[in-house]
Amino acid sequence: MENSIIKTQEISLVEEKFLDKRVQRRSFLKYAGAGAAGIALVAAGCKRSDHSSLMDEMPAAGVSFGMGDVGILNYAYALEQLEAAFYTQVINSKFGGMTATETALLTDIRDHEIAHREFFKAAITAAGATPIGNLEVNFSTIDFGNRASVLGTAKAFEDLGVAAYDGVGYLLKTDAYLVLAGKIVSVEARHAAYIRELLEVNSFLGDQVDAYSVNVSKTPLEVLAIAGTYIKTKIDPSSLPTS
Amino acid sequence: MNIVNILEEIEKVDGEIYERLSPRRKAMKDFFSMGGKIAAAAMPFALGSMFNKAYGQAAMPSTIIDVLQYALTLEHFEYNFYLRANAATSLPIPAGDQRNAIIMIRDSEKKHVDFLKIVLGQLNQTPVAEKTTYDFTASNTFPDIFTNYGTFLAVAQAIEDTGVRAYKGRAAELKGEKVVLTAALGIHAVEARHAAKIRYMRRLNGATNAAAPAGATTPNNLTKPWIAGSATVFNDLGVSAADGNYGGATKENNIVHAGVTITSLAGVGGNIPYSAAAEAFDEPLTKNEVLALVAPFGVS
Repeated sequence: MENSIIKTQEISLVEEKFLDKRVQRRSFLKYAGAGAAGIALVAAGCKRSDHSSLMDEMPAAGVSFGMGDVGILNYAYALEQLEAAFYTQVINSKFGGMTATETALLTDIRDHEIAHREFFKAAITAAGATPIGNLEVNFSTIDFGNRASVLGTAKAFEDLGVAAYDGVGYLLKTDAYLVLAGKIVSVEARHAAYIRELLEVNSFLGDQVDAYSVNVSKTPLEVLAIAGTYIKTKIDPSSLPTS
Repeated sequence: MNIVNILEEIEKVDGEIYERLSPRRKAMKDFFSMGGKIAAAAMPFALGSMFNKAYGQAAMPSTIIDVLQYALTLEHFEYNFYLRANAATSLPIPAGDQRNAIIMIRDSEKKHVDFLKIVLGQLNQTPVAEKTTYDFTASNTFPDIFTNYGTFLAVAQAIEDTGVRAYKGRAAELKGEKVVLTAALGIHAVEARHAAKIRYMRRLNGATNAAAPAGATTPNNLTKPWIAGSATVFNDLGVSAADGNYGGATKENNIVHAGVTITSLAGVGGNIPYSAAAEAFDEPLTKNEVLALVAPFGVS
């Protein structure tokens, strides 16, 4: 008798998880829209081999950003955590030949990113919501002693940050948060322009603008597919709003 | 990973997959997903037709039109500023990288003008025209605007920073408008890139930061690519004629956002310093504040 009760519970648990999976797939699809890049980020859409179980097909559990505006704020918080961690290490282990000006301005950028990170943590808490925890980063592909490696990564992060904020502005429902995203994204664009100038004079726009000199924007899936290389913590962006 | 596999898998749990993928069903929502496939040069046309589909010809929200016309008014001014500067034989812009930068920014502003004109045209609106003449001395406030390179770059900095603040100030009026808000944010970011470039050029030319700590020496007293501020200085350009460009209802040295005081948060070796707190956030200007600032230049 006991065994069969356990069995029933197990089955309903499995069904529940199956339902979860359906929901996640639905939201993934909604999320991805008609032409999502970065699909590889979400495992749910992959065809599995025949012997895989339902459990195997479950999307890997990951940190959820939450829903609505809070979800977007947590997404921004995640990106700022990544940037702040990066520049903290840049300043802690300076590449050879870093000039006094570069040291001063890269330290400024570090402090800006820390300000952004701490702001989001405080603002999410102030909104009565829960900020995501500290993300574990993976900078193993970056040679912090090498100027080109550091500045190349900085350029990628800053350009990505600008495209990320621009890509989610329309999802924000609260005026104050939309303006806040604006207050931060222009500073990220200033960082991007400066870093680009360090690498190549007059590359402040470069490949980041379209034929009408409008900055490119990226969806969270596109952004996380790129940023994911540097984030060890698993992230599940499926709760983010799509409209 | 293979798109057919994904669709097959999804179809098992979501029979409506193909319907959901139909662009007609969510024309506005999915615009940018599809946008990737549209040649960049065709973007404004597609954008305009999207709007007509979404709103019909009669019911275009007037707020959107007003923001677009406002943006075009400012872009006309910016483009003409750089057009005149590049053409002014009396303005000693150094040949090479600096001249090329000013040309690049001129062309970038021209593209913004073209973009906004096309979008407004597609929305059956008459794009606001550029002025026949602008007074780039701002009623003789900057008499040497096209003879003194330092003056020119300082005014360029103020104009770019103001442009950034102007777009930011109207973002909330475009809330939820995926197409036009995303485009406006995209132009906003480009104006910030221009501003940072001009500021960096000024730094390399030795311009100083009026918000630097007293007694700061090179390089810590130089203009930064971002807008600096201190507890007492909101105008890092240090030219009083630009107080309005860095002041306004929310000044550029503001350090309180969404009720959070940035200097109360933890930084490196203590709380976040005032300078970083001020620099880390750009501030908006209202429509009326911006129009008052550009009025002396003949912009209306």
